[in-house]
Amino acid sequence: MTVRDAVFLFIVIVGGTGGELAVTHTMKKIGEVRTFYPHHLLRVILRAFRSGWMWFGLGLMTISFFSLLMLLSWENVSFVVPVTALSYVLGAFGGKFLLGERVEPRRWIGVALVCLGVLLVCVG
Amino acid sequence: MKLPHRLHGKTICLIGLMAVFGSLGDVLLRKGMKQVGAVSNWRPEALLATFEKTFRSGPIWLGITSLLLFFVAYLLVLSWADYSYVQPASATGYFFVVVLGYLLLGEVIPRMRWIGVLVICLGVLLVGGTAPRTTEEG
Repeated sequence: MTVRDAVFLFIVIVGGTGGELAVTHTMKKIGEVRTFYPHHLLRVILRAFRSGWMWFGLGLMTISFFSLLMLLSWENVSFVVPVTALSYVLGAFGGKFLLGERVEPRRWIGVALVCLGVLLVCVG
Repeated sequence: MKLPHRLHGKTICLIGLMAVFGSLGDVLLRKGMKQVGAVSNWRPEALLATFEKTFRSGPIWLGITSLLLFFVAYLLVLSWADYSYVQPASATGYFFVVVLGYLLLGEVIPRMRWIGVLVICLGVLLVGGTAPRTTEEG
């Protein structure tokens, strides 16, 4: 993995996870979707897009997406996509400290396994 | 705190859709970007030309469509389940990505990478086995 790859992977992971946390915050404020009729789903999605957090999240995810496109032009998808699993580490911290989720020890062990898997993917 | 029983079916269904559309979208983007070619010239006009070429590619648009469907399923499931539950639970997509990369794009997957992907899946399954909702609704 080159320095260029590492920089773009960083942008993909931090931008993507930050964006997802912002989107999650929006959807939690909207509340549980209970019916799946198209007009109801459309209403939920339109409501979500009236939230500033949704647009902030989408902005971060867009930056992450274009960085991913660049990476995919250089590296195999079977390398790039598994390495982005590092976002689970960031996601666990974000869930705990930004969204107030309870991250129990078993979940942290799972995160450690993900890191090990990512290392193996890089070595492979 | 566990998800109410009534939520299990729709949660599994939507996470399944996320795994399928997400992995398919990634593979299609890789196929499209392979057609566009490696980005090696960083001058603005060259980047603009690459940008135009990228968005004239069929696989890129199919990939974007697939990822949009992924995103809709993602939004819906996040309206009731924890982010730290949904994120790992959808990681079965990683396995599909490697398999599709191998089968559709003919990528060579070293044995160590296969093992790494399986360990990632094991880790995220462990995370996904924890309480799916740890915050109050709304």
